Amino acid sequence: MIRITINGRSLEVAAGTTVAAAVMTIQPGFRRSVSGELRGPLCGMGICMECRVTLNGHRHERSCQTLCTPGMEVVTDA
Amino acid sequence: MPSTLVIGGGPAGLAAAWAAAQVGDQVTLLDDNPALGGQIWRGGVPAAHQRFLDPSITVRTGVQIHSANQIPAADRLILATGTRERFLPFPGWTLPHILGAGGLQAMVKSGLPIAGKRVVITGTGPLLLAVGAYLRKRGAMVVLIAEQAPFSRIAQFTRELWREPAKLFQAAQLGWGLRYRADAWPIRADAGSITIQGHGKIPCDYVACGFGLVVNTELPALLGCAIDAGQVVTDSKQRTTIPHIYWAGAGSVDRSILEGQIAGFDLERARPLYPARDRALRFDRRIDQAFRLRSELSNLAAPDTIVCRCEDVPFGAVWQQRDWRSAKLQTRCGMGPCQGRICGPALEHLCGWPASSVRPPIFPTRLENLLDERR
Ligand SMILES: Cc1cc2nc3c(=O)[nH]c(=O)nc-3n(C[C@H](O)[C@H](O)[C@H](O)COP(=O)(O)OP(=O)(O)OC[C@H]3O[C@@H](n4cnc5c(N)ncnc54)[C@H](O)[C@@H]3O)c2cc1C
Ligand code: FES
Repeated sequence: MIRITINGRSLEVAAGTTVAAAVMTIQPGFRRSVSGELRGPLCGMGICMECRVTLNGHRHERSCQTLCTPGMEVVTDA
Repeated sequence: MPSTLVIGGGPAGLAAAWAAAQVGDQVTLLDDNPALGGQIWRGGVPAAHQRFLDPSITVRTGVQIHSANQIPAADRLILATGTRERFLPFPGWTLPHILGAGGLQAMVKSGLPIAGKRVVITGTGPLLLAVGAYLRKRGAMVVLIAEQAPFSRIAQFTRELWREPAKLFQAAQLGWGLRYRADAWPIRADAGSITIQGHGKIPCDYVACGFGLVVNTELPALLGCAIDAGQVVTDSKQRTTIPHIYWAGAGSVDRSILEGQIAGFDLERARPLYPARDRALRFDRRIDQAFRLRSELSNLAAPDTIVCRCEDVPFGAVWQQRDWRSAKLQTRCGMGPCQGRICGPALEHLCGWPASSVRPPIFPTRLENLLDERR
């Protein structure tokens, strides 16, 4: 198991879990759209950009294309 | 030793890389995903195809190619960037419980627990059935699979499947016990529910929704390869219209593997595979026909329904525009970070605009030029 934090909350996930799958287990929304709508993953394959989060301080990373690594800090905009 | 670079590590790219290694090339395989396998083999290449993972192949995952000068030099380039889902906007489709059909499947394959969740699957194509069977196996309650195609067309297609008993058996196995209804499509979504034509409002945790597949033609188009009606133009050896650049895949798994092998092998080893590839291609075209989009789907979006999710552009702002170009300039539709990859195929159906989501290069980039520059 791998321990990560999402918006400061600690979570354990199985190896091979993407950041998007981990975030979806605890909250539906990942970001706010330009007009303020709550959005989450759509394509699951790196194309729509709806799953963007901040990963270890790097903004706008596609969480569906990134595997969880030990100690990873995930921050969502919503 | 001649070098081959393969971009895309799904069934087509894996088969291409393996075949190129068999004929003695030095092969590099690049993919955007964290692991090889593409869409259908996300989560592991099946045992029957493990041989494609030849240890002589240099593999780099987590690499997304979005411009020509990112492409490492090689004597031969094989593009196998696969497909993505088409999404059609309907009121409420931007709510977070609405995902792609393959999209939700990908999430579950990459760790999202789905056991006990109520899921409605809707849109079109054989993928809906595959996703339904997969999600059920993982413990989801698949409440309904709502297929837009008319019952009569599906019935005719199923009758034709008698000629392909293996495929009929596969479909029957997938569909067994699932509630599958034709002539049904999404009307609107609200928090915690979806309303389906002919089936009313259905409470659910997730909606898995996709209206067929579109080919990822952006990279070949960027390199100057001819594209026709959404398909990369190739000859029987899978050569594109640009010398040294090949294209493979974006079909059924069987066809994608065959095309990959044909692209990767030399002519002598490729040629015997042509008839099987052509047969698979004809079958894929029959599927496309059976599941073509019905015209009612053009009326799903209301004037205030968002079509471009990146820039939140409503349908009402786009539909009076003359063409893509003016839509982009006047409304910013397709100008956001997905570069029109989601709204492009939608507007192709809604407005009849060709889904030219990348600006074609003014001068087609030739691989030789790229190679020369770096030598
Ligand atoms: C979301 C989805 C789910 C699917 N699920 C099923 C299923 O369950 N069953 C089924 O029979 N068929 C499924 N299909 C159909 C499937 O596409 C084909 O069966 C088959 O996988 C096609 O193989 P391919 O190698 O051509 O493409 P893909 O498997 O799509 O592989 C293409 C690869 O190229 C990579 N790539 C694309 N662009 C770039 C780039 N610019 N830079 C770097 N890498 C790039 C992608 O990350 C991907 O790994 C699915 C399709 C989609 C879109
Ligand atoms: S869900 Fe579409 S890019 Fe991640």
